[in-house]
Amino acid sequence: MRKRKTFVSLATFVAVMSVHLTALAEQTKPVDSGATSWMLTSTALVLLMIPGLAMFYGGLVRTKNVMGTMMHSFAAMGIMSVLWVICGYAMSFGSNILGGWFGWNPDYFMLAGIDETIMDAGVPEYVFAMFQGKFAIITPALIAGAFAERVAFKGYCLFIALWGTLVYNPLCHWVWAEDGFLFNMGAAGAIDFAGGTVVHISAGVSGLIAAIILGARRGHPEASMQPNNLVMTMMGAGLLWVGWFGFNAGSSITSGLSTAQALTATQAAAASGALIWLILEGWHQGKATGLGFASGILAGLVAVTPAAGVVKPGGALALGALAAVICYLGISVKNRLGYDDTLDVFGIHGLGGIVGAIFLTFFIRDSWMAEAAAAAGRSWSVTDQLMVQLSAVGIAIVYAGIVTAGIVFLVDKTVGLRASDDEEMSGLDPSYHGERGYGMLNAG
Amino acid sequence: MKLITAIIREEMLDQVREALIAAKIERITVCRVSGHGNQKTERVYRGTKVIPNLIPKVRMDIAVNDPLVEITCDTIIDAAGGENPEIGAGKIFITNLEGCIRIRTREQGEQAM
Repeated sequence: MRKRKTFVSLATFVAVMSVHLTALAEQTKPVDSGATSWMLTSTALVLLMIPGLAMFYGGLVRTKNVMGTMMHSFAAMGIMSVLWVICGYAMSFGSNILGGWFGWNPDYFMLAGIDETIMDAGVPEYVFAMFQGKFAIITPALIAGAFAERVAFKGYCLFIALWGTLVYNPLCHWVWAEDGFLFNMGAAGAIDFAGGTVVHISAGVSGLIAAIILGARRGHPEASMQPNNLVMTMMGAGLLWVGWFGFNAGSSITSGLSTAQALTATQAAAASGALIWLILEGWHQGKATGLGFASGILAGLVAVTPAAGVVKPGGALALGALAAVICYLGISVKNRLGYDDTLDVFGIHGLGGIVGAIFLTFFIRDSWMAEAAAAAGRSWSVTDQLMVQLSAVGIAIVYAGIVTAGIVFLVDKTVGLRASDDEEMSGLDPSYHGERGYGMLNAG
Repeated sequence: MKLITAIIREEMLDQVREALIAAKIERITVCRVSGHGNQKTERVYRGTKVIPNLIPKVRMDIAVNDPLVEITCDTIIDAAGGENPEIGAGKIFITNLEGCIRIRTREQGEQAM
């Protein structure tokens, strides 16, 4: 997601320059209606992932928690959108302050200064800001799966507001803003096309830390806790796959060749991830489950997220398959370790994101490596880039882990993050929402 | 032989089940039911408080031999009532059982329990 520089077409560049020379009026940049319309579509597609996630998670919990779990995703749409407009965009895409911890730009406060701005890519800045805002919504919503079925609603709301501000915004700034230090690491930056580190590793690691600090659900692991509605989970997984085209292909911030490359890689990785998971499960357990297929889709999609801009379809197939294998093993290990990452946020998003961000290095297309070598002014090897990727992954893990631990501790000691025993036993729905998910009569 | 039918709050199911298992009463049938009682539970729909006239409950059916009736009922009462039982904690019905047959072995009567 190179914000402004990389994907400016030559034509736009010439047009912009000539306008600059004659009028010096920066508001008269031409709008590229092709790019803008795809970005508008992508923005809507990424938003669609959040109800998709609500359905995916909602179907996997017990009946008494279905509304509470879906509300975790929907509440993020409210809280994170408001915060993003007020200060999230300014913190993520403003210029470095406080030594580059995050950014700030007074013009972006309340998005007041971008009312008429057209970006160099020919896209109104409002579209870019809203597109990015969707990522800020889905990332904390992903974490909710790790501590599903046992958090208080009020505490959760405060947690995601703090997490979005103190973890997401700085990470987003480091990786995607022009002056972010990970954006400029090595020859051509740490590669994170659409959010492997920013979204998936940060959510996965934070979920793991929060799940460990808050402790397991009552009765885990002896009591069997069955999904209330796998049909809804499958529909949610389908919506996530569809929405991911906006997530990845939209991250090109254009509508052209790089969009097509990202789109193809996305489809290839999702399909190979799902297929490999199904084969593994069939071989290991003797049954090919629907939830397994859905998990494989997600593992593949997560792994290709950082890589979609730089790998060819063959590489995407390999990444999807590798992610499915590693996530499958990771979840088996989790079951032995006994911690309660309820919906496998770390197992899928954490591990999948790490696999994608590291192993993409071996599948980068030659033209990207040539550009990197040119930028470095020397030869740029796979090992050089691997070091950059490992550093970026390590920084994301350490930063997200430490700050999340602090936030969980703070929220739990103040308004309370862990549900009380009674509330947990009654279920999130009656305890915090006064509702039931399914019919009032004889709810299944 | 007696059939013990307990109607309890749905959120107490886990506790009751765990208590029964601890008391070695491990053969139970559970279903979700709805019914009228004295309890009034408020729910919120679109900002309006609603009192549903049929309240969801859990019904447990436990068939036991006579010596186990008392311990079964006591266990359910202790677990389902909590420390301060309130309206809506539930009821237990005890009925005589005419017979019992285990399908697999065709055993009959008390040994089939």
